Amino acid sequence: MKRVARALLGAVAMVGLAVGVAQADPQKAEVFHWWTSGGEAAAVQEFAKAFDAAGGQWVDTAIGGSGSTARPIGINRIIGGDPPAAMQFNTGKQIDELVAQGLIRNLDDIAEKEGWKAALPPAFYDAVTRDGHVIAVPINNHGQNWVWYNKAVLDKAGVAEPTTWDEFFAAGDKLKAAGIIPVAVGGQPWQLNLMLNAILLSEGGKDLYLKVYRDLDPEAVKSPEFKKVAEIFGKIRDYSDPGNPNRDWNVATGMVISGKAGFQFMGDWAKGEFVLANQVAGKDFGCILGPGQKNFIMGGDVFIFPKLKDEAGTKAQDLLATVMMSKDAQVAFNAKKGSVPVRLDVDNSALDACAKIGVEVLQDPDKQIPAADILASADVVQSLTDVVAEYWANPSMSADDFVAKWNTAVEQAK
Amino acid sequence: MKPRRRQNVASYVALIPAFVIVVCAYLGTMLWTVQISFTDSKLLPSMNFIGIRQYERLFTTSRWIISLENMVIFGIGLILVCLVLGFLMAAALDQKIRFENTFRTIFLYPYAMSFIVTGLAWQWILNPTLGVQQYVRNLGWTDFRFDWIIQNDRAIYVVIIAGVWQASGLVMALMLAGLRGIDQELWKAARVDGIPAWRVYLNIIVPMLRPTIITSVVLLSLAVVRVYDLVIALTGGGPGISSEVPAKFILDYLFGRSNIGLATAASSVLLVIVLVIITPWLYYEYFRPERAKGGK
Repeated sequence: MKRVARALLGAVAMVGLAVGVAQADPQKAEVFHWWTSGGEAAAVQEFAKAFDAAGGQWVDTAIGGSGSTARPIGINRIIGGDPPAAMQFNTGKQIDELVAQGLIRNLDDIAEKEGWKAALPPAFYDAVTRDGHVIAVPINNHGQNWVWYNKAVLDKAGVAEPTTWDEFFAAGDKLKAAGIIPVAVGGQPWQLNLMLNAILLSEGGKDLYLKVYRDLDPEAVKSPEFKKVAEIFGKIRDYSDPGNPNRDWNVATGMVISGKAGFQFMGDWAKGEFVLANQVAGKDFGCILGPGQKNFIMGGDVFIFPKLKDEAGTKAQDLLATVMMSKDAQVAFNAKKGSVPVRLDVDNSALDACAKIGVEVLQDPDKQIPAADILASADVVQSLTDVVAEYWANPSMSADDFVAKWNTAVEQAK
Repeated sequence: MKPRRRQNVASYVALIPAFVIVVCAYLGTMLWTVQISFTDSKLLPSMNFIGIRQYERLFTTSRWIISLENMVIFGIGLILVCLVLGFLMAAALDQKIRFENTFRTIFLYPYAMSFIVTGLAWQWILNPTLGVQQYVRNLGWTDFRFDWIIQNDRAIYVVIIAGVWQASGLVMALMLAGLRGIDQELWKAARVDGIPAWRVYLNIIVPMLRPTIITSVVLLSLAVVRVYDLVIALTGGGPGISSEVPAKFILDYLFGRSNIGLATAASSVLLVIVLVIITPWLYYEYFRPERAKGGK
């Protein structure tokens, strides 16, 4: 028996060897990322399939956990001289120092050949260029300022989709009266920060948003408009439940799905939860960019390509970058990821009702708003999340104190 | 004379690798960390010195101040409660009760769990809408309140509760070993003299357990300084930033916020605190010449 097994094993090995030889060495590229959850892994498989079909060989290096676990590992490898062929980052300033150190390849040739500039929203094109050179491939466009709601719950309480903040709070009062938690809040700092940014953009408008995050202008933060934003944010405390501290975002989404809560402020990854629960966009659950002014906060991921010593590896990078930006791979990947393709020129007919609202808003370049991480450094943005979380958890803190702390944090971190 | 010296030389030679490792890996990295804390390093370490600016920022950041305060509260709470509970459990087990093995396993069991598991379990137990509070309310006591985990000024005590639940079993095991090492004759003598048991414990046994207590305190203090995963799983540093701890501050700035300068400044402060508090005390306990052997 054992001998038979061994013989079989040998035969399999021979076949493998033969196949390997016959394929005339495919272009091998190691791709480093942290997409390990169900939907994410399925999405990244779409890239792997497309790359293999184009004559490459995808070597998957997935690091579990979050970006903050995986990033240092990848950065260490790049600095240590053993870089992967491609590595994931969040769209934003995370890559600046690696670029300044000259560790990252410049992708100008491919970008020009494939016409990236025309295909991408200008803010995203800017987000992957440094000093006029393209240094990363943008992958996906995650809308961060959505408000999700349970349609059945709103109908039952006799509430229509709110279009202003006054209507929003009126709806909240009605939901409260019906015994429903108006807003499902996940009280983790990053979630609170997303909520504040959504309010800032819809109430304060694009100019205030950009002044606050891009220009880091202390006067804008001291303005009455920003204080109004802080007050609206603080008012939501009265419309959430006491169980919100440290609640995960998907648990909060679950409260909306089950009808325990009415609204949730969250990025479009929350849609995956609704879809998993067999709910249909526009029918079972609704989505608002706003309420108030309708803009689209764009965040997402990019891949950077570290400089490699060998010619073959560099060729594989060229192929990989081309594949990742191709229309087919973009649509296939983003459909599974829950995001919108970064290219504006792809066929969007297969998208659901909510993504269609997003794509429609995105057609107007004026409404393409870069996420805070793209505008300011990680240190600034995340130090501000501490301030936001402190304000949220302490109802006795005044809006003025909040403004003062905000400006101190910016001053120290920038 | 000669063979002995040769033996000494050989032992020094044998110690060289360990010595090199200590100097390079521990002292070297420590010095490097302190050095980086005086630079403006962001994602990558740089050698652009900016004086004490990182420390100025550190001590005007309310999150760092809160973290330090929390470490003190957590430290005092955890160490005191663990010592008292651990000792009481050990003393109870030392009464030659039945099923001692079973109880010992039960008491020690939490220690075998990771802080993440402990934190998640207690997060659910203490969540006011899922756990104990809701359970008691469902039983009929409708205005029962136990929602420390969502209160700004109480959240850190919740961390102490979970920490004690996990660590007191270890203290019990250490104390029990210490109690078993005490000569039974002592008990007989005390009984002959008619001294009540509690006095024997308080005035004779506890002083004799001094080395065990020191070991427990050192082990617990280490857990206090590096507490991280428990807070992550239990409160996430919240509500807001009210249960943040120094280790979480350092890791957040080191990785997520890519500010190595500030993170190393914070860890240098932590290092100094540990040295200032622990070193004189350890010296006092272990290296005092006259009592060096007297403890046992």
